[in-house]
Amino acid sequence: MIELETVAHGYDGAELFSDVTLQLGDGSFHFLTGPSGAGKTTLLRLCYGELVPARGSIRFFGQERRDLGRDGLALARQRIGVVHQDCQFLDHLSLRDNVALPLIAGERPVPDQDVDDLMAWVGLEGHAQALPPTLSGGERQRAALARAVITSPAVLLADEPTGNLDWEMSVRLLSLLIELNRMGTAVLIATHDLNLIRTTKPQVSARVLRIAGRKLQLAGAEL
Amino acid sequence: MSARDPRRDPRALRVVPPAGQSAWLTLLIAGAMAFLCVFALALSVAADRLAARWGEALSRTATVRISAPATQMDEQTAIVLEVLRTTPGVASARVIPVEEQGALLEPWFGPDLPLDLLALPRLVEVTEAPEGFDSMGLRLRLAAEAPGAVLDDHTRWRRPLVEAAARLRALAALSMALIGGATAAMVTLAASASLAANAQVIGVLRLVGARDRFIARAFVRRFTLRALIGAAFGTAAGMGALLAMPDAGESGGLLSGLGFAGLEWLYPLAVPPLAAVVAWAATRAAAFRVLRGVT
Ligand SMILES: Nc1ncnc2c1ncn2[C@@H]1O[C@H](COP(=O)(O)OP(=O)(O)O)[C@@H](O)[C@H]1O
Ligand SMILES: [Mg+2]
Repeated sequence: MIELETVAHGYDGAELFSDVTLQLGDGSFHFLTGPSGAGKTTLLRLCYGELVPARGSIRFFGQERRDLGRDGLALARQRIGVVHQDCQFLDHLSLRDNVALPLIAGERPVPDQDVDDLMAWVGLEGHAQALPPTLSGGERQRAALARAVITSPAVLLADEPTGNLDWEMSVRLLSLLIELNRMGTAVLIATHDLNLIRTTKPQVSARVLRIAGRKLQLAGAEL
Repeated sequence: MSARDPRRDPRALRVVPPAGQSAWLTLLIAGAMAFLCVFALALSVAADRLAARWGEALSRTATVRISAPATQMDEQTAIVLEVLRTTPGVASARVIPVEEQGALLEPWFGPDLPLDLLALPRLVEVTEAPEGFDSMGLRLRLAAEAPGAVLDDHTRWRRPLVEAAARLRALAALSMALIGGATAAMVTLAASASLAANAQVIGVLRLVGARDRFIARAFVRRFTLRALIGAAFGTAAGMGALLAMPDAGESGGLLSGLGFAGLEWLYPLAVPPLAAVVAWAATRAAAFRVLRGVT
């Protein structure tokens, strides 16, 4: 679905990583780890097309990134759900409208009942009309997850989705992601929380990737 | 499950927060520009009408002025009339009676002018046939047969007058073009300000998969609507002002002609839709220019 081939990227001439080859196939589950500043967020931004790789190629659903026009990229993004580290809400819209935003922006019908069910699924049924800035970090992150899955995306990318959550909530949110994965969604979670990965591993056959020494490596049994 | 038509979803319009300043600015600009445009339009119509009136009325008639000693006056008048009668292209010739001459002079000298004491030249009004006469030839024949007669065929002062009217009309058209250009520039500025203020919103919309035309539409719709409403008010005000112009009467010249007559009142109704089209194009161009810089 999303394929990276010998991709290299960095900022201001300094390369963060190079020779990254990665395939997010149907129903796959990946963790992406690495120290802060290693380039996890950067790799994710490449995966939803916000960045264009300095070298190498990226394919979305079989199509080269550079061959997709602006509309093509938009349509590809409608099939990729993203939980951004900083949530990226529209602060003037209610939480409910923010969750429905990918449908509205994608000019698709908004099934109101589905939006309400999803809000309940992440435990935010009481906050439908709240404005994002009035919510706690954890609530915002759960809403961000709801927004990421509202379109039933083929791929879900999550950047530190449990960064603001307590342990209990983190585990719950992760089980939501596992549930999605069982229904066929490819999942990639960037996190530096190794405990979370250890807890999840028995429930799902996840591959753990790590950015280290400017390369993407498959982490082994040391976890 | 209640699914609405996504294109009619009111939420699609709310994705961009309601703007403060740029909204008022656009309304005001559109209103003021429409007001000015109505006057430029009225000026253009008036100049058009004046040019037509002068061109027609003045070219149809000419005057022969006879200045001669009182003893020769009747004789020379008869000769002039005979010459005119035999000139091809002259439809009719008529001696203007003394009382009529008095009426012509009254506005300047008052009603009590002792006409009989003045050595007034006699005036013969010549009405031209459609094919026109050869004024050069007529002038030569008059000089030979009635030395006191001078042909005044108005062309001397008719041409600059008609030219001035045409120039006025061109200036009015130029004014309208400038108003259109200025409106486009100012709407572009207001739209650009709004787009810049909403950079974060645009970025998020792109991230969640919005196509450029969806994002552009949210801005274009607003600015087009504002321009339409502002211009509607401006046009109404301009038309009202023209209606309320005091009637300067026949002697008002250009002033009495400034305004619309009959179906001409339909012309200014085109101003608001035109303003909307200008705003639509300007905002669309500005939006797509900004969007090119967003992945
Ligand atoms: N837009 C940017 N411009 C310049 N440098 C950046 C930019 N974004 C990130 N970086 C730098 O790239 C490095 C990797 O950042 P990031 O991908 O966010 O790492 P991680 O998510 O693993 O913490 C950091 O050193 C960061 O300062
Ligand atoms: Mg990061």
